[in-house]
Amino acid sequence: MEFSRRDTLALGVGAVALTILPFQASAAADDLIAAFTGGADVAEGGVTLTAPEIAENGNTVPVSVSAEGAEAILLLASGNPTPDVATFKFGELAGSQSASTRIRLAGTQDVVAVAKMADGSFARASATVKVTIGGCGG
Amino acid sequence: MISRRDFLQVSMAASALYGASGFGNWGRLAAQQALTQDQLLEFETFGNVSLIHVTDIHAQMKPIYFREPEVNIGVGGNKGFVPHITGADFRKAYGIADGSPSAYALTYNDFTALAQEYGRVGGLDRVATVVNAIRADRPDALLLDGGDTWHGSYTCYHTEGQDMVNVMNALKPDAMTFHWEFTLGSERVNELVQSLPFTSLGQNIFDAEWDEPAELFKPYKFFERGGVKVAVIGQAFPYMPIANPGWMFPEYSFGIREDNMAAMVQEVRGMGAELVVVLSHNGFDVDKKMAGNVEGIDVILSGHTHDALPEPVLVGKTHVIASGSNGKFVSRIDLDVRDGELKGLKHKLIPIFSDVIAPDMEVAKLIDAQRAPYEDKLKEVIGTTDSLLYRRGNFNGSWDDLICNALISEREADIAMSPGVRWGPSILPGQDITREDIWNATSMTYGEAYRSEMTGEFIKVILEDVGDNLFNPDPYYQQGGDMVRIGGMGYKIDVTKPQGERISDMTLLKTGEAIDPSKNYVVAGWASVNEGTEGPQIWDVVEDHIRKQGTIKLEENNSVQVTGA
Repeated sequence: MEFSRRDTLALGVGAVALTILPFQASAAADDLIAAFTGGADVAEGGVTLTAPEIAENGNTVPVSVSAEGAEAILLLASGNPTPDVATFKFGELAGSQSASTRIRLAGTQDVVAVAKMADGSFARASATVKVTIGGCGG
Repeated sequence: MISRRDFLQVSMAASALYGASGFGNWGRLAAQQALTQDQLLEFETFGNVSLIHVTDIHAQMKPIYFREPEVNIGVGGNKGFVPHITGADFRKAYGIADGSPSAYALTYNDFTALAQEYGRVGGLDRVATVVNAIRADRPDALLLDGGDTWHGSYTCYHTEGQDMVNVMNALKPDAMTFHWEFTLGSERVNELVQSLPFTSLGQNIFDAEWDEPAELFKPYKFFERGGVKVAVIGQAFPYMPIANPGWMFPEYSFGIREDNMAAMVQEVRGMGAELVVVLSHNGFDVDKKMAGNVEGIDVILSGHTHDALPEPVLVGKTHVIASGSNGKFVSRIDLDVRDGELKGLKHKLIPIFSDVIAPDMEVAKLIDAQRAPYEDKLKEVIGTTDSLLYRRGNFNGSWDDLICNALISEREADIAMSPGVRWGPSILPGQDITREDIWNATSMTYGEAYRSEMTGEFIKVILEDVGDNLFNPDPYYQQGGDMVRIGGMGYKIDVTKPQGERISDMTLLKTGEAIDPSKNYVVAGWASVNEGTEGPQIWDVVEDHIRKQGTIKLEENNSVQVTGA
């Protein structure tokens, strides 16, 4: 349900873009993960990724990651033209291995977090965040 | 509610789990063609705690007609499960006799004939009578309001929710959660919330800037009832700034926040809660999923999707209870809590037959006082209808057909769009349409009827987007409304497909030509979530159209073809 002419056009462009992006972008995300892990196996679990199911505003989506005992956490927006969001590094004296930020999402996509653990192993978590034009509530 | 034989079967099934089932015996009443208030309220008090649930009243203070949906498709794991069965299937599932009062209250068939027989439903003066009767049995029963209370009528709009606050306060609720209330704007919501003599709940109502719990809304509230420590956790509508205009309440953020819900359940259990109740505006399928994911909730009082179910749905150990909308039902839940846990539950969905349940005179007077300044405006007859006007249904309703016709003719558009909301009472054939009736189906704080050009491609993007809000197989990605209603255009939808592939064969009805993705079409609609939308208010557009028509006669709408259901 979208309305004013200007917003309609703006949204039209965004919405059309988002139907195409996730396909071409996941390869870029995979490359970034491979560069981070050096090609090592990545286990599921051990990383907590908190993101909304549906973004209230795709331009500023709150995302939190934590992984106990992690040295670094790579955060990716797999469907963005540039998927690389941030790499959080935690020193030995860090009280906790967690970080929060807000990111911009070009459209519905998976947000991915990959943690490098102190023992050199890797773990990941992902969450689908839907970016919708919204409009019709019950 | 169900035939005597089924009643016994359900009773036994329920006793195996939790003691007694709480069904009335409407099936027998149907045969007698007689209903009394005592029969509707009949309930042997059980256990030591009683809950009374009302939700999604949408400012309907007076009795109305309300037709339940014919089409309510479930997807993914919810396909074929309540509330996604309707009509004869629904009656079969609960053993409801055709033509019975419960058939009238809970299903759509023969609606006009049954409405003439059984009359209007709802009315907050009748709801007050039921609440008082339950409190006579159990003086400390908790009355919990699931929200969508301060929205949906002429008087609610003009008093910015004050009429509903005044009348609901007379019913003495113990707690409330929210959805459409926020469309009054955050300043007004804050003002009203601060005035309430009870607690405003929402564990998922956050401060948008800091992403911290909002101060004005508490995550939970403890009550001591019958020697039991009861914790009521609130869950507001998760997708407020997406489904409704976020610019009206920019200070607030919502979301499902399942992790925080789990933390709150742990917290209240840690503080000694023996009964954990969630007062929710999630919508039924979202509540079912949450019940499965979050341990330790005994009862979810479910709102938002306007489902009325005569039995609780059990998910693990959590009872999910749906209490309808528009003041049509009140749920009574009696609970037996001993040794710190729920031992038994008895439930009754009480239909508010307005000709059977006597109004509470004090509340009736209070309602009339709210309406008095507007009475002339409310009562003005704008036209009459030969067709049944109703809204509920996944794809269209005759009220929206009428609204779309009004938009196309009054705004000179090719295509009209009307939002897939689930509120709005029904009007029977032969009835006058008053200004109040039009407002009941259109009233909102962002009712401007826009007129703009959209490409065929963008119209498809809208349909795909809204379609995914309804038919995404994961309930956490559903927003709980129905499909946007389309006038002047037909399409096919396969509900099993992913977003981007559900919609096909879009056709401009006036020419019979396929919609051209690159061509511009003039689209008129209302309820834009965008700030600065310009146009006349939708209720004025509809009023002008009805005046010109005189008598409304609608043809059957077959413009949406559904597959995969």
